[in-house]
Amino acid sequence: MSNRVGEASPIVEMTDITVTFPGVTALDRVSFRMFPGEVHSLMGENGAGKSTLIKTLTGVHRPDSGTIMLDGARLHISGPRQAQDAGVSTVYQEVNLLSSLTIAENIMLGRESRKGPLIDWRATRARAAELLAELDLDVDPASTLGDHSLAVQQLVAIARAIGIRAKVLILDEPTSSLDADEVADLFRVIRHLKKRGVAILFVSHFLDQVYEIADRLTVLRNGELVGEYRTEDILQIELVNKMIGSEYAGLDDVARSGYVATAGADTDPLIRATGLGRRGGIAPFDLTAREGEVVGLAGLLGSGRTELARLLGAIDKADAGSLHVAGYHKSARTPRAALRRRIAYSSENRRDEGIIDALSIRDNIVLALQADRGWFRRISRRRQNELAMSYIHALNIRPADPDVLVKDLSGGNQQKVLLARWLAIAPHLLILDEPTRGIDIGAKAEIQRLVIDLADNGMAVIFISAELEEVLRMSNRVVVMRDREKVADLVNDGVTAAQVMTMIASGEVS
Amino acid sequence: MRRLLGIRLIWPIVILVGLLVLNVIIEPSFFTVRVQDGHLFGSLIDILRNGSPTLLVALGMTLVIATRGIDLSVGAIVAIAGAVACSILAASPNPGSVSTVIGAVAAAIGVALVLGAWNGMLVAVVGVQPIVATLILMTAGRGVAMLITQGQIITVSSAPYKVIGAGYWIGLPASILIAAVMFALAAVFTRKTALGMLIESVGVNPEASRLAGVPVRAIVWSAYLFSALCAGVAGIMISSNVTAADSNNAGLWIELDAILAVVIGGTSFTGGRYSLAGTLVGAFIIQTLTTTAYTIGVTPGVMLVFKAIVVATVCLLQSPAFRATALRLLRSLRRKPVAEGGVAS
Repeated sequence: MSNRVGEASPIVEMTDITVTFPGVTALDRVSFRMFPGEVHSLMGENGAGKSTLIKTLTGVHRPDSGTIMLDGARLHISGPRQAQDAGVSTVYQEVNLLSSLTIAENIMLGRESRKGPLIDWRATRARAAELLAELDLDVDPASTLGDHSLAVQQLVAIARAIGIRAKVLILDEPTSSLDADEVADLFRVIRHLKKRGVAILFVSHFLDQVYEIADRLTVLRNGELVGEYRTEDILQIELVNKMIGSEYAGLDDVARSGYVATAGADTDPLIRATGLGRRGGIAPFDLTAREGEVVGLAGLLGSGRTELARLLGAIDKADAGSLHVAGYHKSARTPRAALRRRIAYSSENRRDEGIIDALSIRDNIVLALQADRGWFRRISRRRQNELAMSYIHALNIRPADPDVLVKDLSGGNQQKVLLARWLAIAPHLLILDEPTRGIDIGAKAEIQRLVIDLADNGMAVIFISAELEEVLRMSNRVVVMRDREKVADLVNDGVTAAQVMTMIASGEVS
Repeated sequence: MRRLLGIRLIWPIVILVGLLVLNVIIEPSFFTVRVQDGHLFGSLIDILRNGSPTLLVALGMTLVIATRGIDLSVGAIVAIAGAVACSILAASPNPGSVSTVIGAVAAAIGVALVLGAWNGMLVAVVGVQPIVATLILMTAGRGVAMLITQGQIITVSSAPYKVIGAGYWIGLPASILIAAVMFALAAVFTRKTALGMLIESVGVNPEASRLAGVPVRAIVWSAYLFSALCAGVAGIMISSNVTAADSNNAGLWIELDAILAVVIGGTSFTGGRYSLAGTLVGAFIIQTLTTTAYTIGVTPGVMLVFKAIVVATVCLLQSPAFRATALRLLRSLRRKPVAEGGVAS
């Protein structure tokens, strides 16, 4: 395929790796290889299998079948420790160092220079300083790690990886919270490591960064290998196409119809965001949503979809711009205030930010309504049961028993319970962040139909999904996101997936 | 759900009954309650009366633990509340008047609420870990009490004040009535309003609760306020019972008894579902243990070991993992004779 193969043999060679979890095949006969001295990017959307592949390489997951060769030798990984000893080092998104120790201690932890049974601190510090100098990092090895920015902490983590003579360095979303200068610093270090022959696996959602630093790409989709490409041989639009794919069968019958697009119409919008933004989250954007309108948010994971939605729901605090809600003078500063204005945000993170798993279906459904009424005005038990039963029937929640704990429900039913919670407060604007992720196809179609019904009855809906086809089918307007910026706001009168992909890939509106 | 709760509570109740039976065996007159001057007397009444402060503190602790917290400062608040009430009474020219006593009690409760507000602010607003936040007051609290009493044990002679901890109303010890009323109020407040459900929701998943519009901070804060209120009342009760404020020993280790009572009652330390009834049973187990140890005549040192054994037993019996293992062992024991028979034939 490339002349590289002739020059050197791969340092990592994973062949036909299959990893299954109860009920899910996370990786299906995936092969993956890396060469010394290259930067390799692993690409794919949510659930594509990127993190499973990384965790298999680092020994967290054990493959059901397939082989892993490292530096020509078969690797029998039984845990993260073995992988590390074999020369695979990982720097995670959340730096896993000890922030209360000094930089030198963090770099040298477990490998301190010794004088008999005692640690030779002078030599240890000198060795740490050498490593920092090699990376051209101007920090005091004796200073406490926690006092430094995340960017510096990350570079220290890399210095530690080099110190243990890593042959393979995995950087998982290293740039997600760095600014432009810090990214430039990181890339300088990466290029230096390349020269030393280290193979670097660079995982990032920022396409521009991938194109700047990566030599080759491996694309995964739904746990399967799509292909391996040299970065210079593949256009961004092709890449996005391969990542998102376009085959979503069985749901084509669910589509929005009978709604006349009213962009710029005479009605006042329900919400109007002007220059709303948050540093490190999303660049300032303008957005409106009207009654009866479904606004779809399209973009890759990490493009700012969720960040935008969280500002609208006042989950995060904006530090720029304003959000005007029809009928209110002051903007909401807490989720509680947003809910009072009848704006509900349903998180993509159902387990951590959605359901209350140890409580019953009934408690989960009435929670937001009860919180809105205040603790003193308790909804009577009879009314609670009526509410729960009516949503259980309307949304076809199984089992149809309000006393069942939500943790015992399937993902799709948990999602429906969560939807019922928001519907119970009769929202004017419902923000759904990936409501159909990780649930079975039947529940998916039911939720899509429900969203369309709600909009037909006058609710404004903001609909976020990683699946472009789904967004296009459901929405009256499509907002396109790229690299934490809103790049387009289109009336959906036959917008095609190809058009949107072009925008996601290039940031330009055709 | 109610049935499940019943099953969870069954072991603590069995232990409690067992302890009571043990007491009857040792002292056949244990259950005898006699009426003297219109007042009820007897070992059971003593257990209820002496257990009242622990029950009160455990009551507040239950709600704090339900929000994923813990309140280590309750013992210190007991000491401070007693110190405040007694020093006001001691300084008053007329400690026997009802109005002075009401003033002293109100002041002590007020101070306890301020301390609770401090704990709540550290946990809910500043975001300090509950164990650390309340450790601050636990450490400093007895010192504060000493400052209030100027290092002395303040003794008071005030008949109305003594009623709270040692007197009788309508035939029953006043402290039992006070604890019962507070317990009933807490039960009504959490179950007849939505407070109970919101507390559980915050305890299970604070972030999801925040996104659902639950006022998480206010709820966590009020749990610490309530805990301090309970500890304050317990402090008044204890100092009234001995008619003295002893900053060093009043409510010493009561936080541990309270936490034990909550744990025995089946409320989980991971927050969420809680059981006030469980705490009630737990507090009685703790107090019955103490009383039993005294009647048997074990030394205080041995008594602590005794207590630890009973608590460990209850916790083991409540653990699903232990119960599964125990069941498996039982089954294999039952099967063994059959297997032996097989070998013999």
